[in-house]
Amino acid sequence: MKIVVTVKLVPDPNAEKRIDSATKRLVRSGVETVLNPYDEYALEAALQLKERAGGDTSVVVFSMAPEALKETLRKALAMGADEAVFLSDAGLEGSDVWATAYAMSQALKKIGFDLLIVGGLTDDGSTGAVPGALAEHLGVPCITNARKAEIADGTLRVERETDSGYQTVRGPLPALLTTALTFGEPRYASLKGIMGAKKKTIAPLTLADIGLDLAVGSDGAKMQLEAFAPPPARGKGRTVEAADGAAGAQAIFDFLKEKKLV
Amino acid sequence: MTGTHTKTLRVDSVDFIDVGGLLSPEERLIRDTVRGFVNTRILPNVAEWFEEGTLPRELGRELGALGVLGMHLDGYGCPGASAVAYGIACMELEAGDAGVRSFASVQGSLAMYAIHRWGDEAQKQRWLPALARGEAIGCFGLTEHDFGSNPGGMRTFARRDGSDWIVDGTKMWITNGSIADVAIVWAQTDAGIRGFVVPTDTRGFGASNIHRKLSLRASVTSELVLQDCRLPAEAVLPQARGLGGPLGCLNEARYGIVWGAMGAARACYETALDYAKTRVQFDRPIGGFQLTQEKLVNMLLELNKGTLLALHLGRMKDQGRLAPSQVSFGKLNNVREALAIAREARTVLGANGVTLEYPVIRHMNNLESVLTYEGTSEMHTLVVGKEITGLDAFT
Repeated sequence: MKIVVTVKLVPDPNAEKRIDSATKRLVRSGVETVLNPYDEYALEAALQLKERAGGDTSVVVFSMAPEALKETLRKALAMGADEAVFLSDAGLEGSDVWATAYAMSQALKKIGFDLLIVGGLTDDGSTGAVPGALAEHLGVPCITNARKAEIADGTLRVERETDSGYQTVRGPLPALLTTALTFGEPRYASLKGIMGAKKKTIAPLTLADIGLDLAVGSDGAKMQLEAFAPPPARGKGRTVEAADGAAGAQAIFDFLKEKKLV
Repeated sequence: MTGTHTKTLRVDSVDFIDVGGLLSPEERLIRDTVRGFVNTRILPNVAEWFEEGTLPRELGRELGALGVLGMHLDGYGCPGASAVAYGIACMELEAGDAGVRSFASVQGSLAMYAIHRWGDEAQKQRWLPALARGEAIGCFGLTEHDFGSNPGGMRTFARRDGSDWIVDGTKMWITNGSIADVAIVWAQTDAGIRGFVVPTDTRGFGASNIHRKLSLRASVTSELVLQDCRLPAEAVLPQARGLGGPLGCLNEARYGIVWGAMGAARACYETALDYAKTRVQFDRPIGGFQLTQEKLVNMLLELNKGTLLALHLGRMKDQGRLAPSQVSFGKLNNVREALAIAREARTVLGANGVTLEYPVIRHMNNLESVLTYEGTSEMHTLVVGKEITGLDAFT
């Protein structure tokens, strides 16, 4: 069985984000690039499924990004993915959700998969729309927000996290799965994994390799970013003044209760 | 770079001169991996271990799974990482606690290195994979009650009895001694100092813990007693003859300390910086007072310089051109400065600095041991002194 995990390379979520006002794009220089944290959960899910299935199951990570970021993918290989495929092409610059998902889907058709696992969200763009668009382009079912998954006799059985509990759903393969953060904490890469990752392949792909019928990059984008703004600065916090500790605690409790936080 | 870029250059409040930028992506990944392990596994528990004077034995397996035990050795289940990568791991482990770093140092650089460097194939096959996984624990017996800086005078003696060896003597201040499955024991013989691979279940081998330590409490320190301890001929490390055998191992371990000390120093500095920015006296954070700022900046200077030094020495080691006296230079400087940083950080924290609620006094007490073990600061001073003058001032 072949499990493919899509991984986005994003600026370190802990670093302050800046948007270039001319290009309206996130400034990536001077900030370390890391694996999108949500995708690490997707990879963890794939590695768990591989461990349970054993045998000839392989985990392939797939990413689409500028060439300079390629080595960031080593972490996924160090965590346990068997190989990586990296799509990079100047023609992809300026792709929106639709164009991104289309280009990815063309590459994924070429790579081939039984199960495609995608993180629920990216830390930078945060559209959350790519998984659905990918499934549409690929013509496979899209099962979102999985907290548990198992494969038996070619059937996928998934527990989906919902606001009020969870659903158990079943579906055929191939399929696309997105992971909830409850699937399990992403594992550490071991030192041996990190050293071993050096020897694993990151296979390059360009647009010429995957074949396109439709435009991608800024030409293929259906959506234009008009304006952007940082979140409003946080206002001054409210200071609780009270005669003693107990009264203060009560005041804070009342406030939290009013906000339905307790 | 354009002017607009200059304005937005980022300067980190800890890695001020971007030593991290000198690391390869793989080295950064190793750093972040070990740091993640320390943050989740060590830091939430280590104050309690320190207070109770214990180190959980299962930590050995966890460190083995992480891959840091004997990580710079090749083959036999070891990852074969570079000296820099090993140093980075030591730094991150010691940012947790020097006891944890000591565990890894003794296992990897003393016990495993001794077998890897001086052992025969059977000894390597028997011990290295299990030690790398942390399923077996190793210790290293060189120091004795009366022979610390002068190990050549050791009294432990191994005599031949047919093809066997009979070893008698005691070893002192042995990290991991009572929890070890195998001990590398150095002894005098009729033909000079030899090393022995001693399974700790050998009759005549005993280990008891040293209590009442106020430093490295999250680490097991023992006394080894060997009494008519009979070992087969194949227990001897065939490639080691003379004091060069154990000293070669110590050189490996003290290289790790050059880095490790900066890990402890970083933890102290970060704690002090954070405290200074939030602790309010006279209606403002104490970090806004000149005396506190000077303390913080002085800490930062030595922390960054020491880390840069560790990396430089590591690169030299990977190129095979690091002399033992240069390791002495690194250990002497970095442990001394780490201790100064810890003490300075303690003053920033005021009374809070003396409690285990903060990591500072734990690191400070640990560093008192680190200053002495693997060659005292005095001995390293004399090593460097001899190198520059050509005159031996040891005796």
